[in-house]
Amino acid sequence: MSSLTLAARDCSTMLRRNLLHARRYPSLTLNLLLTPVMLLLLFVYIFGDVMSAGMGGADRSDYIAYVVPGVLLMTIGSTVIGAAVSVATDMSEGIIARFRTMAIHRSSVLIGHVVGSVLQSVASVVLVGAVAVAIGFRSKDATALEWLAAFGLLALFALALTWIAVGMGMASPNAEAASNSAMPLILLPLISSAFTPIEAMPGWFRPIAEYQPFTPAIETLRGLLLGTEIGNNGWLALAWCLGLAVLGHRWSASKFRQDPK
Amino acid sequence: MTEPAIAARGLRKSYGDKKVLDGIDLAVPAGTVFSLLGPNGAGKTTAVKILSTLVTADAGELRVAGHDLAADPQAVRAAIGVTGQFSAVDGLITGEENMLLMADLHHLSRKEGRRVTGELLERFDLVEAAKKPAATYSGGMKRRLDIAMTLVGGPRVIFLDEPTTGLDPRSRHNMWQIIRELVTGGVTVFLTTQYLEEADQLADRIAVLDGGRIAAEGTAEELKRLVPGGHVRLRFTDPAAYRAAALALPGATRDDESLSLQVPSDGSQRDLRSVLDRLDSAGIEADELTVHTPDLDDVFFALTGSAAAIPAQPKENVR
Repeated sequence: MSSLTLAARDCSTMLRRNLLHARRYPSLTLNLLLTPVMLLLLFVYIFGDVMSAGMGGADRSDYIAYVVPGVLLMTIGSTVIGAAVSVATDMSEGIIARFRTMAIHRSSVLIGHVVGSVLQSVASVVLVGAVAVAIGFRSKDATALEWLAAFGLLALFALALTWIAVGMGMASPNAEAASNSAMPLILLPLISSAFTPIEAMPGWFRPIAEYQPFTPAIETLRGLLLGTEIGNNGWLALAWCLGLAVLGHRWSASKFRQDPK
Repeated sequence: MTEPAIAARGLRKSYGDKKVLDGIDLAVPAGTVFSLLGPNGAGKTTAVKILSTLVTADAGELRVAGHDLAADPQAVRAAIGVTGQFSAVDGLITGEENMLLMADLHHLSRKEGRRVTGELLERFDLVEAAKKPAATYSGGMKRRLDIAMTLVGGPRVIFLDEPTTGLDPRSRHNMWQIIRELVTGGVTVFLTTQYLEEADQLADRIAVLDGGRIAAEGTAEELKRLVPGGHVRLRFTDPAAYRAAALALPGATRDDESLSLQVPSDGSQRDLRSVLDRLDSAGIEADELTVHTPDLDDVFFALTGSAAAIPAQPKENVR
């Protein structure tokens, strides 16, 4: 077998291990799913009428369309906290020391975590998406290609955030610290264009909402599913995703290369 | 094969200002058991971590299983198995899944992986527990699973960092038996331990590590010869007999309070007989006679820094 085949085999072994963990102990993943679902229901059924009126919409159903893209991306932000926690937990276990003394592909441990977390994110997005459709979300004239692009964007965004979360997990001494340092990933959507348009925010606050990864990704997703203007946001979202993925990968890999304590 | 399985020259490692290993030389011939003995904090675990590629050394020429540790760590990893001090099993999955995980990572075929897993679970008496999560195992079971996982790839050099710490006597003896079987199969074992008896039982060669340096190295017998302390102890209940014996054995050290005499002796039959003959010809009978030969405890306390802090407690072998 070539070294590439062996590397792929090690990565898939590690992925199987992580998926086995997730299947045996689904409580963490399910807990993390609660936040986006609760926020979706809260904003639609409690604040929906007011929000819709404030944005010049007719009723709550307009606001559902507005809020769902942001909630889907928030679902990713929430799910990857699980990646940070499980990486930090894993790194404190003796089994990782064993992996390090075995002739396996060095990155396979991290790649197993990342692929596992991306798969979990995609599954979570599908579940939250199903809730959104159940309460009345419908796309507006989205073509098959646009749906595909929307899925691609969600997967890429999940990959980028997962690598950052894995870096946070690697840098944290324990699960609690990892959970704390990954908290911004679920808070960032709250200060993006997920729930209110940027134009409706106070002027001093707009740059904070504008120059962060969630806003361009949300605007792109809206454009793809609801036919709104995408403009530069597509490229911005792509650049954010690639930048974060590379940064997170470099960070995690250099942490993994360090001698364990 | 003339090259040793493990060779180290000038191995150094510091953490900050603390010198953990301060220039260590080791040579372990293939197919033997080498034991690194030392008090807590002597650097035993650091030595294992470095030789098993987990941690990089600051300096030193290191070769394991014929490969240079710095130049080709992956080749070293392919030849070694490591069981660290803390259990290296995945607690969230079952014992069997842990074993199959190892088989996959050693790139065994599915069939081969199942066969090896079945064999090792059987050998380590884990068949009944195989379907339970490893986190539910007792300390001894975790340790057995740990070693079984180490053996999946058929390593030629095995590092065992305090493999019997925390095990009950029966489990400890089982572990010793396992280690002996491994060596019979030609495997080289690098063992760290705090238990002198363990090193005495298993190791072909022993190095005493203290303060980051090798204080002494040799076979158990060679090390025991390094320290004096062999003697015969005679105890009396009758003060008159005690005084008579002290006269008959002029070289003895007297302890008037406990009415006992300590006669320097190498513990040999001839030496013992001459002591007894002298007592016999004086018509004295001791109430108790014990022979003390130096053991690794004496070596340990004599060679390591703890000698000053902890007084040596001689072990007496009643004969």
